[in-house]
Amino acid sequence: MSDPVRSIRTPIALDYRYTPGLASSRFLRAVAEGRLIGQRCAACGKVYIPPRGSCPTDGVPTEEEVQLADRGLVTTFCVVNVPFTGHAIEMPYVAASILLDGADIAFQHLIQGVPASDVRIGMRVEAVWKPREQWGPSLENIAHFRPCAT
Amino acid sequence: MSEVLSAPHRLEFPYRRSVGPVLGRFLTGLRDGRVEGIRARDGRVLVPPQEYDPITAEPLDEWVPVGPAGVVVSWAWIAEPLPKQPLTRPFAWALIRFDGADTALLHAVDGGAPEQMRTGMRVTPRWRDERAGDIRDIECFVPVAG
Repeated sequence: MSDPVRSIRTPIALDYRYTPGLASSRFLRAVAEGRLIGQRCAACGKVYIPPRGSCPTDGVPTEEEVQLADRGLVTTFCVVNVPFTGHAIEMPYVAASILLDGADIAFQHLIQGVPASDVRIGMRVEAVWKPREQWGPSLENIAHFRPCAT
Repeated sequence: MSEVLSAPHRLEFPYRRSVGPVLGRFLTGLRDGRVEGIRARDGRVLVPPQEYDPITAEPLDEWVPVGPAGVVVSWAWIAEPLPKQPLTRPFAWALIRFDGADTALLHAVDGGAPEQMRTGMRVTPRWRDERAGDIRDIECFVPVAG
């Protein structure tokens, strides 16, 4: 080792304990069983997923649980071409906002199984679940979404 | 009946920064088990070295071997070390002026107990066996007997 030193590693880490709250805990326990549940607002009727326990518009508790399909449509997306450290996904990949059938708000997930250049707003997609033995209380149980016919 | 979940969450930024030619040479020296300072325009030897004179702002390039022993200029006792600090047992953070240097470097002293620490005490580096060109190549400083 005779090369002069040009750089140093200066990692910084913040260690938290994350507590998702009652509504999200129920959501994550359902995800651990392969089910996606949202909550409907009694005032405006909108279905939120992941549920947060209250409606941000009406400010009332959202107590009615609604089981949602694991398919929906792409409302917007981003083709990611820039890798970063510790990332295992192949480049380029697509991060998308996905509106599940029956939901009124989209959440973010990955689109795979299709060239990034073929992803479109409005495209129908379905969840590809990981093998059941890998499931836990996490949306990572869904490996990604892929295009589907209906 | 649902119980609230809870899980550890680590937010980590894996930075790497360039060090420039002067700190680069200083760190290369540490990797090789040497300590070098740089001479300022007023004759003082700066350790850690600086790229530019702190008074005249001229570039500096006269390297001066220092140490490896030095004296404690100031110190603070750490009774309960935090994760990732240099030592897992109680130690002192100290400003250490290497022999031949005019400024001091912040590092850890494995001093045993605060009663055994004093300003002006002589210390010497405890080098790591495997060095990478990093300030941690000096594991800590230890008191020099006598």
